[in-house]
Amino acid sequence: MIKYTFTKFTKWSVLKKLIFQEIDDLIIGSIGIVAFMSFLIGGVVAIQTALAIDNPLLPGNLIGFATRQSVVLEFAPTLISIIMAGKVGSFITSSIGTMRVTEQIDALEVMGINSYNYLIFPKIISLLLYPFLITFAMFLGILGGYMASVYAGFSTSFDFIQGIQLDFKVFHIIYTYIKTMLFAFVLATIPSYHGFFMKGGALEVGKASNISFVWTSSVIIIINFIVTQLLLA
Amino acid sequence: MITINKISKSFDNIKTIDKISAVFEKGKTNLIIGQSGSGKTVLMKCLLGLLDIDSGEILYDGKKFDKDNISIISNLRKQIGMVFQGSALFDSMTVLNNILFPLRMFSDKTDSKMITRAKEVIKRVDLRDVDNKFPSEISGGMQKRVAIARAIVLNPRYLFCDEPNSGLDPKTAIIIDKLIKEITVEYNITTVINTHDMNSVMEIGDKIIFLVEGKKIWEGTNQQILNTDDKMINDFVYSSELFKKVKLTQQKN
Ligand SMILES: Nc1ncnc2c1ncn2[C@@H]1O[C@H](COP(=O)(O)OP(=O)(O)OP(=O)(O)O)[C@@H](O)[C@H]1O
Ligand SMILES: [Mg+2]
Repeated sequence: MIKYTFTKFTKWSVLKKLIFQEIDDLIIGSIGIVAFMSFLIGGVVAIQTALAIDNPLLPGNLIGFATRQSVVLEFAPTLISIIMAGKVGSFITSSIGTMRVTEQIDALEVMGINSYNYLIFPKIISLLLYPFLITFAMFLGILGGYMASVYAGFSTSFDFIQGIQLDFKVFHIIYTYIKTMLFAFVLATIPSYHGFFMKGGALEVGKASNISFVWTSSVIIIINFIVTQLLLA
Repeated sequence: MITINKISKSFDNIKTIDKISAVFEKGKTNLIIGQSGSGKTVLMKCLLGLLDIDSGEILYDGKKFDKDNISIISNLRKQIGMVFQGSALFDSMTVLNNILFPLRMFSDKTDSKMITRAKEVIKRVDLRDVDNKFPSEISGGMQKRVAIARAIVLNPRYLFCDEPNSGLDPKTAIIIDKLIKEITVEYNITTVINTHDMNSVMEIGDKIIFLVEGKKIWEGTNQQILNTDDKMINDFVYSSELFKKVKLTQQKN
């Protein structure tokens, strides 16, 4: 499937429009939920850290530091990607699956259009912007942590900001973005596969979306584990 | 003209299409008829290369339809129009954009020329005031017309219609049939139509092949089909009360 996606290209003028359409659907359309989720998760992480380390001997900047580490390394890339597997993934599977069962994919093929390239390539390209979405999630997650800990009185603003600058490792950022790019590829391809090769009618489209979510999120968790083992352990 | 020679296609060792040979003539509406499940759609998908045949050959005006010969295939694809059983319109696009789609993909015309051409075919299939509607916002009969318009917008030499009038009321069904027939004659297209509707058979059956369980058991014209003694055909043709009456009156005369 991947091989066919990168052969026999659709006319560029058409492809360009499709890519913008996908960016709108997959990336822009996800900003709201990503903002909401990451802000609240950041807040929760900060509060729980604060409660767990309620010890006057520990430095005050620890909350900021711990929030940054958890949000940047794990919550933003991995948890948001799993949420995306539900949102973007099931959207992709159901839209391609519907095209399959209503013979729209056959219609493309009859016209001599490489349906793999036409449907999947723009999704892969638009998800190249996925790291921006994750960066945005990181930023809002830390902001959420800041608001929660400062306004609930767990940490001072100064301590928190010092904490998030503490012991900054470039390699951690590289690790995070490697993960993010792999997740983006998984988010574009596994749901497409499940839509493309489904059989049956409308009911099966729903089933295919379910199965696709299970697969996409499992693969994301597995990749997360492997990449973490390889790069951090 | 499309010629098929002994083509067969199996799914899981069950022969769905069994050594069918036939000639589909140019400028005529060639009908493939048979009961539901007899293999009409599979046969059509084989003709189009959407399904790979197990054996036999398919010739488009003498040129072999060979999936591996990319230049022949991609050339041929531009000359093929297809109306699917469920219309298969792109539901993310308006009616106008659906019809413009093949033009945008394959012609080098300017945008305004493409739109002129699209409006021309929209008019040809008698559609009005639907340009900016989405397929889900128009009736089934209109969807069929849009599908026909999209299929003919590039002036195809071959037109395939899979049950173009299923799900339509009898009057609209006949209008759609006649439209396909007119277009076929007007542009001298080789048209292949799947149907199990006897009205269509009588209206536009220039040439008919009759399938039973994947085998061709009869071929002829709509005149011949009324007068054949073949039991299976009679069962099919006269399954409705209406056609039984037609036969009775014919015999009386
Ligand atoms: N992809 C497939 N895999 C397995 N079997 C199939 C497939 N497509 C069709 N068949 C089988 O082939 C047979 C013929 O199906 P086909 O769709 O050609 O019938 P049809 O004559 O078009 O019927 P209808 O009038 O209901 O559309 C059926 O028994 C069907 O189950
Ligand atoms: Mg059929």
